[in-house]
Amino acid sequence: MKQGERTWAFPNPPIILAAGTVVGPDEGEGPLSADFDLVHPDMELQQPSWEKAERALLEQATDIAISNAQLKKDDIEYFVGGDLLNQIISSTFAARTIGAPYIGVFGACSTSMETLALASLMVASGAGDKVLAGTSSHNCTVEKQFRYPTEYGSQKPPTAQYTVTGAGAAVVAREGDGPKVTAATIGKVVDLGIKDPFNMGAAMAPAAVDTIQAHLQDTGREPGYYDLIVTGDLAGVGHPIARELLLRNGVPLQQTTFNDCGLMIYDVAKQKVQAGGSGCACSAVVTYGHLLKRMKKGELKRILVAATGALLSPLSFQQGESIPCIAHAVSIEA
Amino acid sequence: MSMSAKEYKQFAKNREPGRSVLSNCVRAFLAGGAICLIGQGVQEFYKAAFNMPTQKAGDPTVATMILLSVILTSLGVYDKIAQWAGAGSAVPVTGFANSMSSAAIEHRSEGLVLGVGANMFKLAGSVIVFGVVAAFFVGIAHWLFGGAGR
Repeated sequence: MKQGERTWAFPNPPIILAAGTVVGPDEGEGPLSADFDLVHPDMELQQPSWEKAERALLEQATDIAISNAQLKKDDIEYFVGGDLLNQIISSTFAARTIGAPYIGVFGACSTSMETLALASLMVASGAGDKVLAGTSSHNCTVEKQFRYPTEYGSQKPPTAQYTVTGAGAAVVAREGDGPKVTAATIGKVVDLGIKDPFNMGAAMAPAAVDTIQAHLQDTGREPGYYDLIVTGDLAGVGHPIARELLLRNGVPLQQTTFNDCGLMIYDVAKQKVQAGGSGCACSAVVTYGHLLKRMKKGELKRILVAATGALLSPLSFQQGESIPCIAHAVSIEA
Repeated sequence: MSMSAKEYKQFAKNREPGRSVLSNCVRAFLAGGAICLIGQGVQEFYKAAFNMPTQKAGDPTVATMILLSVILTSLGVYDKIAQWAGAGSAVPVTGFANSMSSAAIEHRSEGLVLGVGANMFKLAGSVIVFGVVAAFFVGIAHWLFGGAGR
């Protein structure tokens, strides 16, 4: 199963039976609106706090994924989840509702593919037959925890990114119909000294480059093997940097389409999202909503999703530390 | 990676979209000026309506501006103004009111004491601390050079 330095290649690839995606109003105004299962008209979701609203997003996304897979909650053998909040409370509390044995993980915004990779590994290794992977983020919980109160009037620089409000979940199974997870490459923590928490795209770009290159090397594939390679949430500043670095390192990116979930989810020119989207839900809802639907339609056959995460805390950045980053890549084939 | 941290920092810096200092200054001037103009209007109103002298009309004027800021913060408008206005909406007293009320609203879900009470000065606290420290040194300088007691 291990291939090369840090790739898991699955000879009997796990199947993504079904997925569920839930988003907030800004994502509903974006170009991918029609691909999401549920679009909320407001950020509150009739909950008394932002944290409860985020939890509700994840609970709804997992519910939808389970019912889209024509399963019941009891059929889920394990739930692998994570999010951005302290002590990953959104997924922990959602796991309480789901009731399945639970593994909580933290990979910041790379959690989407980290959970999918782990769920796939569990299924491929025979540890489980039906494993649920899911993650969430909420613009206001993230603003509150990492930046300022949501209503505080501070001007965001053009390098800042807008955290996606939403949640995405997928049921990974040993048998059934659906796209297959054929490989996953686990990222290393990469830190090239960027300290500005309002420029996470630039901080994360080298991590994405590192993981994508490792994936191609481990699998012996060329970028052209994939119809699409997407990064998680590098957005308008980080994505062009990643492209430039990959080309510089001799990766023939021109063979494929190279895009970024943070640039796809919003109409960056029209919506007030600065450089683009970010957050765990960014790559989760774009992959599970938009990309899987395009695969179903036959528009895409093979994709590589390299979800990126900035592993900082409000404390580490206030103490002047640079931002350690990571990217996990998962290869999904129709 | 083939690049050192130092090289990458420069590499990334060169690819950062520029912030227009000039347009931000113009916006701050317009927005800050507009806020002060409204304040002046309110003060003139108090002077005319209640026959107050200029100095006395200052207190209800500040209170009115704070109230307006808190209302706009509660309606979710102030942060949108600030994204356009930058320092223009941060520097006047309305910015101070916004920093306190936004923190109070945000932490209301954690209770009145540990939520609102403990977090209300989260952002405004440093303004008060350094304001007091600055006033202390200005006071000493005034005493030394400006003549004591006057």
